[in-house]
Amino acid sequence: MIAFTALLMRDMRLAFRVGGGALMGALFFIIVITMLPFALGPDLALLARIGPAILWLGALLASLLALDRLFATDHEDGSLDLLMMGSMPLELSVAAKALAHWLTTGLPLVVIAPLLGLMLNVELHAMGRLVLTLLAGTPALTFIGLVGAALAVALRRGGLLLAVLVLPLTVPVLIFGVAAANAALVGPTPFGPPFTILCGLTLASLVLGPIAAAAALRHGLE
Amino acid sequence: MPVIDLANPTRFLTIVNRALPWLITVTTILFVVGLFYAMNAPDDYQQGAAVKIMFVHVPAAWLGMLGWGLMSVAALGTLVWRHPLADVAGKAAAPIGAAFTFICLVTGSLWGRPTWGTYWVWDARLTSMLVLLILYFGVLALYWTAEEPGRGARAAAILSLVGAVNLPIIKFSVDWWNTLHQPASVFRIGGSTIDPALLIPLLIMALAFTLLFATLQLAVMRNEILRRRVRTMRLMQAQELAGAT
Repeated sequence: MIAFTALLMRDMRLAFRVGGGALMGALFFIIVITMLPFALGPDLALLARIGPAILWLGALLASLLALDRLFATDHEDGSLDLLMMGSMPLELSVAAKALAHWLTTGLPLVVIAPLLGLMLNVELHAMGRLVLTLLAGTPALTFIGLVGAALAVALRRGGLLLAVLVLPLTVPVLIFGVAAANAALVGPTPFGPPFTILCGLTLASLVLGPIAAAAALRHGLE
Repeated sequence: MPVIDLANPTRFLTIVNRALPWLITVTTILFVVGLFYAMNAPDDYQQGAAVKIMFVHVPAAWLGMLGWGLMSVAALGTLVWRHPLADVAGKAAAPIGAAFTFICLVTGSLWGRPTWGTYWVWDARLTSMLVLLILYFGVLALYWTAEEPGRGARAAAILSLVGAVNLPIIKFSVDWWNTLHQPASVFRIGGSTIDPALLIPLLIMALAFTLLFATLQLAVMRNEILRRRVRTMRLMQAQELAGAT
């Protein structure tokens, strides 16, 4: 547990210091959301209707963008090899890295989502639940992306390959995230079922993501 | 001869070389018979002759999914037993499965135009096949980017297993998302809803396509084994040259 916390703190510190990628995802998120009305037109009624979908898509792309660095820098300077030889199970250290990654890139997205929601004319009464879907769903995006990041670093590739591998696997999260957000906003379906399924997806990916990522690292980097 | 003997690549090659001509013959005969029955099958009272697209579309859909199943089994062989033949089988199944999935989507879209009035709808079954195709592309991309065959095979094996866990979830969520396509009608509780006049040619065609899959799979596996041998020989040759200078 001490090793887990130490690794978590190390990764978060690295992310916030010079050269780290923290908050870059949030910046990208803001820019994507700003660009979309230029493409769609400034019609507030339209933006309000598709607002949750836009926010979710922006969050998906932003959390994908930062995944590239999840293992790449550690692989370059050799600390990934130390982690693999260390006494802590690789699954746990991978989970710690993913958690740190979510805290530095996923959580900021959730925090600024209400502001962007306001700009997209999303109704205030549903904002809380819209943010709740992002809070419940973005960890799943990070932990699914973890597998892609591990595969990409094992092949010493990144960038677009990562997107090609990860995006199709995030389809269920996107579907249920947007469904829950829309249910909160316009109904008529209840908020509960899609939201609980979203939580279930997140919990499953919290368990399966680190296992698959650790397997990918073990098989790829020996 | 025990089945385990097949696992030796050299024995596998001799058996494949002996079996392939037979497989090709049987596949061809089945296709001739199946196409003959399919051409003589009655037209649908609503869809007319367009229903004949089904004889290509439905087997292609089955095989598109079978391809991923095969890849997952091969992935277990790769990861658990580290068997080189499993690597080869997984690598061979990926493009074939992708091709069948693609055929399924194309024929489905051609079928959709006269019957639904549009080439593409974002319906649950179409969309999940499309996601399957994109997942296949991901596996193929992994094989393309790997410099060393073994490493690419292990990465692709992990992605196959992750995909195998994910595909039912994707299927379920896409179903939940939208449904217009007719539900499964050949294999279901309470018997098939397809008339025997259409069902029998469909089954023959399905068998023919499955054998085509098997033939292609074995041929691609043979080529891949040979390609790896050529690669090893070239590496050895290069090493000898480097040693001589």
